[in-house]
Amino acid sequence: MDTRTKFAHIKGWGSDLDHANRPAYPKERTPPRLDPPVHWKEPEMQPRHVEVLRSTERPAMTPVFGSGQPPRGLSGGMRRFAFGYSENDLRHWLLLLLADRIDVGEGLVEDLASGHVPRIYSEMGGRAELRHNPLGAAKKALAVAAVVGTAYLLARRRSPRR
Amino acid sequence: MLALNYRGPYRVRASQKPDPVIEHPNDAIVQVLRSCICGSDLHLYHGLVPDTRVGTTFGHEFVGTVVDIGASVQNLRPGDRVLVPFNVFCGSCYFCQRELYGNCHNTNPQATAVGGIYGYSHTAGGFDGGQAQFVRVPFADVGPTKIPDDLLLEDALMLTDAFPTGYQAAEMGGIREGDTVVVFGAGPVGIFAAKSAWLLGAGRVIVVDHLEYRLEFVRNFAQCETIDFKSVDDMAIHIKKMTDWLGADVCIDCVGCEAAGSALQRLTGVKLKMQAGSATVLHWAINSVRKGGTVSIVGVYGPTFNAVPIGNAVNKGLTLRMNQASVKRHLPRLMEHIRAGHIEPHKVITHRMPLEEVSDAYHLFSSKLDGCIKPVLIPPGVTV
Repeated sequence: MDTRTKFAHIKGWGSDLDHANRPAYPKERTPPRLDPPVHWKEPEMQPRHVEVLRSTERPAMTPVFGSGQPPRGLSGGMRRFAFGYSENDLRHWLLLLLADRIDVGEGLVEDLASGHVPRIYSEMGGRAELRHNPLGAAKKALAVAAVVGTAYLLARRRSPRR
Repeated sequence: MLALNYRGPYRVRASQKPDPVIEHPNDAIVQVLRSCICGSDLHLYHGLVPDTRVGTTFGHEFVGTVVDIGASVQNLRPGDRVLVPFNVFCGSCYFCQRELYGNCHNTNPQATAVGGIYGYSHTAGGFDGGQAQFVRVPFADVGPTKIPDDLLLEDALMLTDAFPTGYQAAEMGGIREGDTVVVFGAGPVGIFAAKSAWLLGAGRVIVVDHLEYRLEFVRNFAQCETIDFKSVDDMAIHIKKMTDWLGADVCIDCVGCEAAGSALQRLTGVKLKMQAGSATVLHWAINSVRKGGTVSIVGVYGPTFNAVPIGNAVNKGLTLRMNQASVKRHLPRLMEHIRAGHIEPHKVITHRMPLEEVSDAYHLFSSKLDGCIKPVLIPPGVTV
């Protein structure tokens, strides 16, 4: 039995065996099959209204970039510092990860300062956990209660008696 | 507008943000009709991608309606319904001129190794994503593709990333007639890679995961064999036993940096951040493929380094292929497959939830609750 007959039950089997039917073959293909082709040689530059950090492995700004969440506060300072190192340098990435964690704390402060008390359990999908994994939710609640209770008892034991 | 707002690892909420505006003459503003949560969004959600800033809106898989265009946009008009490839790309740089749209050099000032991606941290350009009511789409004359009338909206949605990524994963395997293909990961990309392997002429397709509900789904959707890796002592030996002790012709990594299966890899890669994620699947793929075979990687890894048996890859004479999917170049052919009835991509969608419930959607997907394979978010006011 030939393979095409063998796999007749699989819809479309072998329809892209021919490389001519494979859209990313060969890997590099020029000119690109954009229809219609782009109508610029060099893209116009996006005006910059906020601080955008740039990799040291780039000689200039890219024509287009995202402009959300510019660097701010302590985390922003750390990000600027991280961008002093190239992508090839491990310090660049580790500093950015550390800045991300600091940013989380700054986000909490920002929420509270604007009068918004974050509903952290809800933000972590607590409702879905209660609905679809109630046993897991109960285990987590017990684990949290055990940790808080132990901490409370230890704190009471260490506090000086009057 | 209402949008996902990232607050820290495992914490997101839907909240009000300013509407996006035209910032470049070739921008468009798209009103989102559907957006997906991608498996790679979970790496952001888990705090593993450097420079993921609080306040960011995730989402790189979305379809919508054009509501505004910049002065130089020629190919789109307000009212056009479009699917937007996850890559932000210019169409004109050195790499785009070679159809490597996933490697565009003109859209991400923060890094050179990765092109711009919607809603995927400042390491991927700092663009806000589509898990929102509206999104800014740069280079509107290049990326967005009008959705043909005969294509289901949710099939178009799967064409923004998951289906092209799965297809490209299989295509990079260089599959020849009758090849044995092992796909690691039964998430949406792995499911599409398995299905695509048949389109490319594979003779045997085996999918590896540890979640039975996903293995059952892929067995039905892609008519393949499956392996539950938790029931296997040693993956390489198991694959070799299944392949006359030679190994598979092609191994495909559709998992990436949060792979389960090795406590040591999880500890060093995910918990302690001593490497750029858990490289368990890379390890298995290199050691399970036959000599002279091909390992294809579309799973996402961090930018630092991973512990992989590269010496074995050298000694076995392997071909390693990998990339972010170049979505735009795949669209015409993949639409033909959908029209021919070879595949119904929307069938991988298991959950449709309002954007307001984005916290629950992320938790469901992240914790693999309620049989979740592919969650889709619907912004308020959308009726289609």
